Amino acid sequence: MTGWARKDLLGIEELEPGEIVEILDTAQTMKEISTREIKKVPVLRGKTVVNLFFEASTRTRVSFEIAEKRLSADSVNVSASGSSVSKGETLLDTARNLEAMRPDIIVVRHGSPGTPLLLSRRLGCSVINAGDGAHEHPTQALLDAFTIRERLGRVAGLTVGIFGDIAHSRVARSNIHALNKLGARVLVGGPPTMLPPGIEALGAQVVPRLDEMLPALDVLIVLRIQLERQGGLLFPSAREYASLFGLGSERLRLARPELLVMHPGPINRGLEIAPEVADGASSLIIDQVTNGVAVRMAVLYLVSGAHRGATAADAVRGAA
Amino acid sequence: MNAKAEILDAIGVRRALVRIAHEILERNQGLADVVLVGLRSRGDHLARRLAAFLYEIEGTAVPVGVMDVTLYRDDLAHASLWPRVQRTEIPFSVEGRTVVLVDDVLFTGRSVRAALDSLMDFGRPRSIQLAVLIDRGHRELPIRADFVGKNVPTARRELVRVLLLETDGVDRVAISSGEAGR
Repeated sequence: MTGWARKDLLGIEELEPGEIVEILDTAQTMKEISTREIKKVPVLRGKTVVNLFFEASTRTRVSFEIAEKRLSADSVNVSASGSSVSKGETLLDTARNLEAMRPDIIVVRHGSPGTPLLLSRRLGCSVINAGDGAHEHPTQALLDAFTIRERLGRVAGLTVGIFGDIAHSRVARSNIHALNKLGARVLVGGPPTMLPPGIEALGAQVVPRLDEMLPALDVLIVLRIQLERQGGLLFPSAREYASLFGLGSERLRLARPELLVMHPGPINRGLEIAPEVADGASSLIIDQVTNGVAVRMAVLYLVSGAHRGATAADAVRGAA
Repeated sequence: MNAKAEILDAIGVRRALVRIAHEILERNQGLADVVLVGLRSRGDHLARRLAAFLYEIEGTAVPVGVMDVTLYRDDLAHASLWPRVQRTEIPFSVEGRTVVLVDDVLFTGRSVRAALDSLMDFGRPRSIQLAVLIDRGHRELPIRADFVGKNVPTARRELVRVLLLETDGVDRVAISSGEAGR
């Protein structure tokens, strides 16, 4: 039996370390399926998954969709533009209508923190958080932990830096939780305007400057500068950001030679990371994408197992 | 659970496997294109032992793969506990080979059905044969074994436990009047 009993994956914060390890171990198994000539197993045959994306996404949505197909689930994509959301329907009405069509799992991305939690309370089907505002992006943190563990054999005892726009980043929050629970030391840094006060409370040590953080690190996660979210107000210019805060090959020399560099994507080449670093020997960026499919397959499999135990009573309790 | 009756001891397990190894050789007139695939969680160990015996007898190293059929089962929806999935490792092509599936106990035949489906997703073997340490009857599907260590008549509710050195520290097969069948 698995060590997983949850119907939903809403965030990393509420997970026990053992639950995270269960997902990573299952993902290890799932990864092999993607190397086969016939990359498909029948385990979720007859299950319906709705990918409900209220925000733009290519990587995450495609990754979920591929994961669903490799497990033989039927998947349907709904995006905010071109759906009844743009006609003024509320989130809950959209969700209730979708549920009336009896999906087994809803994968949701939304700009407002807490959307997946709200849905999970109101709906009987499983809900997987694919990113909610600046709150959490659990599958990203899981695939990051998986990638680190795969390369270095462990997460415990490592020092992992997260650098960039911490304030806007659900990736940072989920990663801080996941890495802490797995026993890593987490350092966070970035421009002062992008470091939220009180971030230490999540279990991260603040080391604002990249130059200062680099020598201590086993792994550095460079965050994307979310140009679309801030309108360029938090730093004077892209060029200045690149020279003061970007990871270029010059700056990389401050790090230990075996430093591994990660990035959740999509990367802004020449802004937060220089092309020669993103494509260099220390980069795990492409491995992250490959592993994302395996981790999402694992999550889909595990929540499906727990869901069978969920009864109508759960749905009634949720709707009350 | 009541007292257990021993069906095979360590020597019995060894003899059964040696005999199966000879039968595999005889049936296939050698080991050309023969590969073994063991079903987790004990068939994998039995497959490795068979490969070792085949090497002793014939001097040929037969490729051994391991398969976890969880993702192909037809009874997941009824399982009381969602099983943990383990790795499938078949580091060779099964295309055109003779694949000998190896399992510890043949019972309803549903694991073997799942294994056949899974194997087909890896390629098109020339033929598939089935070797089991124990055949306890009660088939629910039209499946039979080609090589059997020991046929054991059982009641459906009885429990057949295969213990192996690799997983349990001892080689022993026992039967007891368990709550659930195996």
